[in-house]
Amino acid sequence: MTTDITTLTPDVVIVGAGPSGLSAARALAPKLGGGVLVLDRESTAGGIPRHSDHPGYGIRDMRRFMSGPAYARRLVEQAEAAGATIRTNATVTGWAGDRAIEATTPEGRIRVEARAVVLATGARERPRPARLIPGDRARGVYTTGHLQNLVHLRHGKVGRRAVIVGAELVSWSAALTLREAGCRTVLMTTEYPRPDSYALFSVPGRILFRTRVATRTRVRRIIGRPELEAVEVENIDTGERRVVECDTLILTGDWIPDHELARAAGITLDPGTKGPLVDSALRTDRPGVFAVGNMLHPVDTADIAAIDGAHVARSVIAWLNGESVPAGQVRLVADAPFRWVSPEILRPGDPVPSRRRLLLWSDRYIPFPQVVLRQGGKVVARRRLWWPAAPGRVFRVPTGILSAVDPKGGTVHIGTR
Amino acid sequence: MSTTGETAVSTTGETMGTTFDVAVIGAGIVGSAIARKLAGYELNVALLDARGDVGDGTSKANTAILHTGFDATPGTLESRLVREGYRLLSDYAERTGIPVEHTGALLVAWTEEELDALPALKEKAERNGYDRTRIVGRDEVYRQVPHLGEGALGGLTVPDESIICTWTTNLALATEAVLRGVTLLLNRRVRSVEERGGRTVLRTSGGEVNARWVVNAAGLGADVIDRLFGHDRFTVTPRRGELLVYDKLARPLVDKIVLPVPTARGKGVLISPTVYGNVLLGPTAEDLTDRTDTGTSEKGLEFLLGKGEKLMPALLREEVTAAYAGLRAASDHPDYLIEADAGRRYVLVGGIRSTGLTSGIAVGEHVAELIGEAGLALTPRKDLPEPPHMPNLGEAGLRPYQDAARIAGDPAYGRVVCFCERVTAGEIRDTFRSPIPPSGLEGLRRRTRAMNGRCQGFFCGAEVGNLMDTKGGSACEQRHPSPEAQR
Ligand SMILES: Cc1cc2nc3c(=O)[nH]c(=O)nc-3n(C[C@H](O)[C@H](O)[C@H](O)COP(=O)(O)OP(=O)(O)OC[C@H]3O[C@@H](n4cnc5c(N)ncnc54)[C@H](O)[C@@H]3O)c2cc1C
Ligand SMILES: Cc1cc2nc3c(=O)[nH]c(=O)nc-3n(C[C@H](O)[C@H](O)[C@H](O)COP(=O)(O)OP(=O)(O)OC[C@H]3O[C@@H](n4cnc5c(N)ncnc54)[C@H](O)[C@@H]3O)c2cc1C
Repeated sequence: MTTDITTLTPDVVIVGAGPSGLSAARALAPKLGGGVLVLDRESTAGGIPRHSDHPGYGIRDMRRFMSGPAYARRLVEQAEAAGATIRTNATVTGWAGDRAIEATTPEGRIRVEARAVVLATGARERPRPARLIPGDRARGVYTTGHLQNLVHLRHGKVGRRAVIVGAELVSWSAALTLREAGCRTVLMTTEYPRPDSYALFSVPGRILFRTRVATRTRVRRIIGRPELEAVEVENIDTGERRVVECDTLILTGDWIPDHELARAAGITLDPGTKGPLVDSALRTDRPGVFAVGNMLHPVDTADIAAIDGAHVARSVIAWLNGESVPAGQVRLVADAPFRWVSPEILRPGDPVPSRRRLLLWSDRYIPFPQVVLRQGGKVVARRRLWWPAAPGRVFRVPTGILSAVDPKGGTVHIGTR
Repeated sequence: MSTTGETAVSTTGETMGTTFDVAVIGAGIVGSAIARKLAGYELNVALLDARGDVGDGTSKANTAILHTGFDATPGTLESRLVREGYRLLSDYAERTGIPVEHTGALLVAWTEEELDALPALKEKAERNGYDRTRIVGRDEVYRQVPHLGEGALGGLTVPDESIICTWTTNLALATEAVLRGVTLLLNRRVRSVEERGGRTVLRTSGGEVNARWVVNAAGLGADVIDRLFGHDRFTVTPRRGELLVYDKLARPLVDKIVLPVPTARGKGVLISPTVYGNVLLGPTAEDLTDRTDTGTSEKGLEFLLGKGEKLMPALLREEVTAAYAGLRAASDHPDYLIEADAGRRYVLVGGIRSTGLTSGIAVGEHVAELIGEAGLALTPRKDLPEPPHMPNLGEAGLRPYQDAARIAGDPAYGRVVCFCERVTAGEIRDTFRSPIPPSGLEGLRRRTRAMNGRCQGFFCGAEVGNLMDTKGGSACEQRHPSPEAQR
C-alpha cells in the first residue's frame, strides 16, 4: 500500500532543525543551486531551544545573550532567508538508499534522494528506566525535556516540591522552569563530589532557589502510587539512606544521542559519545553522510552545535564537488578521566576541528588539568589549561596540541597527567 | 440490548433496575473472554471491574508469550486449556488483527544436569500433545542465537512458541464483548455479596449490581471474592515478576524466544523479542504479600542484570527502554481452579497464574460448558456482530505512519506524535471513538504505544498528555471519519 510516495531531490537533506541543522542549512543554501531541505519531526523548527525559555543562548555564534525561543526563531529566519526549505511535522523514519531517506508527513509519505545527508538529530536525557531507578510507577517523574515541553509549550502544571537529579547546567535550567511553574526545588542530587556547573550558576543558584545540592548522592527508590510522594536518597560513600518528600522528580543530564538513523544506516558509532564516529570534517563512515551538533558531543551548548553546522558546510560542498577524502588517518581516543573526545578521527589535509577546539567530557573535576597526548606509547604533547575539566559539561582543548601528532604514528590517546 | 452503534460502557451510575443473567467479575483477559463467550448466547451479561479500564491488572504486565503449553504438567486442566487456548487465540488474533509473531523458542541448557533434562522435557511436551520439539546440539544453539552468552551446552527447539500483544488481546476480547451487548461496568470494586431470592446482589464501590449468575474471574482478588460466596478453597499469593525492556536497536540480537530449563519455581528468566520490536529480559519470581505492589525493586533489577550478563552480554550494552513488574495470581492449588456451584449459581475461575493470556479464550469456552451443565440455559444467538478489527500495534504489520494510502485519506495518520514509537495523532484520536475509550494516560499508552519508547516522554510527553485531556481533539481536526471509528 506504500505506493503513492512523493520523491524530492534536493542537493542536501538535513535531518533535524535544531541549532546545528539550521546553521548548516543557512551556510549551505546560498551556495547550492539544487536546494537544501531541512526536515524536523516537531511542528515548529528550532530544536531544544524552542522550549528552553531562559536566557543563555547565542553567545558564541550570534554574539548575543538571548532566550532559547528567541534564538530558535532567529535561526529559523536566517536559514529561510538563506534559501533553505524547512519542513516540519516530517519524521524521518529510515533509509531508502545510501543518501536517500523516507519520512512521514501529514501530506503523505515522502522520499528524499539527496546528494548529501547531514544528520543533526541532537541528544536527549536518559529517562528513569534507562537509569534503572527502581520503585513504584509514580506519576510526577520527568526529564528536563518533558518538563520544559509541558511548562513552556503547553503551560501545564507540575507539583509543588521537586527533587532534581543532577547539578549541571541543564539541571539549573530545570530549576528555573520549575520556579516558573510554581514548584520549589527542595534538593538537587549529584553523584559527583562537587556541583559541576559554573560557579556563575551554582552560587547565586543556591541563594536564588534556596536549594541544597547533595553531593555524592543518588536516588535509589521512587515511592508513591499513583502520585509521587517521596524518593529515597543514598549517600554513595556511607550507604546511608534517607527519604525526601517530593511530588516532582526531574531527571536531568545523562545524555544519549538520538542515533537511531545513524545506527540504522550501519554507520560506525563512537563507544564513548554513542554518536557517529566522525573526522574533523564531520564525515561519518558512510560516504556523503555527515553529522553535526549534540549527536556528536552530548551535550554542549547550542552555539557550539550551531558552529558545527557552519563548519560542516565546507565539507559537504567539497563532497558535492567530488573532492576526495584525504588518505591516511589517526584515531583519537579518550583515556580516563575523559569519557569521550570529539571529533575522533584526524586526517592530514582536513580542516582543523570546529572553533579549533577538541571537545571532551570529563568524569572528574580537575582544576588546572594538564592534558597529555600519547602516541605509540610515548608522550608527544602536554599542555596545562587554565580552566577546569568538570563533569556535566564539555571540556574544550585547543587543537594546537595536535601539531605534534604523527599522521602515520597510529592511535593517539588523550588524557591527563 | 443494542449490539452495534451505541455501546454500553458505564464508569459510574446505578444499574439497579436490571437483573443481569450473568455478572462476570474481572475485566482482565480471562473475565473479558468469558463475558464475550457468554454474550454469544441469549443472555444479558455484565462485566465488572474495580479499575477504571479493562486490562488494568495482571493482564497488562506479563511476558506476552503465546505458549504452546509444551512444558505444562500433563493431564492438568491448565495443560488442556493452554493447548486449546494457543489454537483459539492464534485464530482470533488473525481475525481481529492482534499482533502475533510466530518466532519459535529455543530452550537452552547451561549445565550437564540441564542437558540431561532435555529428553524428559521433550517427552513431557509430547504428553502435552505437542510433538514438534527437537533436541539440538551446541553448534545449532549458537547458529540460531549467535549472540547467546558463552557456555551453552545444547537446547530444545519449540518452533511454535510465539509472541503476542497482551494489551490488544484484552482490549479485543472486551471490545467484542461490548459489541455483543455486554454491559461493561468499570470502577466497580465488589465488596460484599448477598443472596436475595434467586439472584445475587453484588455491592460494589459504584453501586449495586444484580445478577442471577456470577462468574468470579477476579485474578489476584479471586480468593477474596470466593470467600464472600462462602467457600474456602484456596489462597492467592501475589508472585511478582519484574522485567526489563531493551531498546529497539537491540532487536537484531535475537529473533526468537530464549528460554531457560524450567524449575519448580517457575519458567525462569527468558529473553524474548516483543511484537513492538523491543527485547524483553525477565521475569523474576518473588512471593509478596501486597497484592498491589507492581513496583520494581533494586534486588530484582540487579538479579536480572546478572542473568542477562550471562545469557546475552551484548544485550546489556544496549539501553533500557522500560522496566515493569506484574503479579502472578499464584495459589496453593497446583492447577487452575475452575468450578461451578449450581446451588449458589456461581463459578470460580481461580489460580490462572502464568498462562492466562494464552488460555483465556479456552477458559471462556470451558466456563460456558460448566455453567450450561450447572443449569443456565444457553441458546446461541444468530445475530452476532463481526469481531472488531483492532488497530495494529505490531511491527510485523503495516503501521499507519507507513501507510501512504491511509495518510492520503486522513492526514492525521501522517502526523507522528510519539516519535520513538511512531504513533500518530490519528491513532490517538481513534481510541477516544472506540467502544472502550481510554480512561487515562496508561490506558492510552496500552492502546497506542504512545510514550512507551526510548525517550519516555522527553519529546512527546506534553503533547500526548494534551491529546489525552482533549480526547484526541485539538491537535488533529478530523477531516474524514476514520475506518476504526466507524466500526
Ligand atoms: C534543558 C536544556 C537547557 C539548555 N540550556 C542552554 C543554554 O542556556 N544555552 C545554550 O547554549 N544551550 C543550552 N542547552 C543546549 C542546547 O539546547 C543544545 O546544545 C542544542 O539544542 C543542540 O542543538 P542540535 O541541533 O544538536 O540538537 P537539537 O536542538 O536537539 O535538535 C535536533 C532536532 O532534530 C529533530 N529530529 C531528531 N530526529 C529526527 C527525525 N528522525 N526526523 C526528523 N527530525 C528529527 C528534533 O525534532 C530536533 O528538533 C540546553 C539544553 C537543554 C536540554
Ligand atoms: C510476570 C508475568 C509473566 C507472565 N507471562 C505470561 C505469558 O508469557 N503468557 C501467558 O499466557 N501468560 C502469562 N502470564 C499470566 C497472565 O498474565 C495471567 O494469567 C492473565 O493475565 C490473568 O488474567 P486474569 O483476567 O485472570 O487476571 P487480571 O488481568 O488480573 O484480571 C483480574 C481483574 O479483576 C479485577 N478485580 C479484582 N478484584 C476485584 C473486585 N473485588 N471487584 C471487581 N474487580 C476486581 C482486577 O481489577 C483485574 O482487572 C504472566 C504473568 C506475569 C505476572
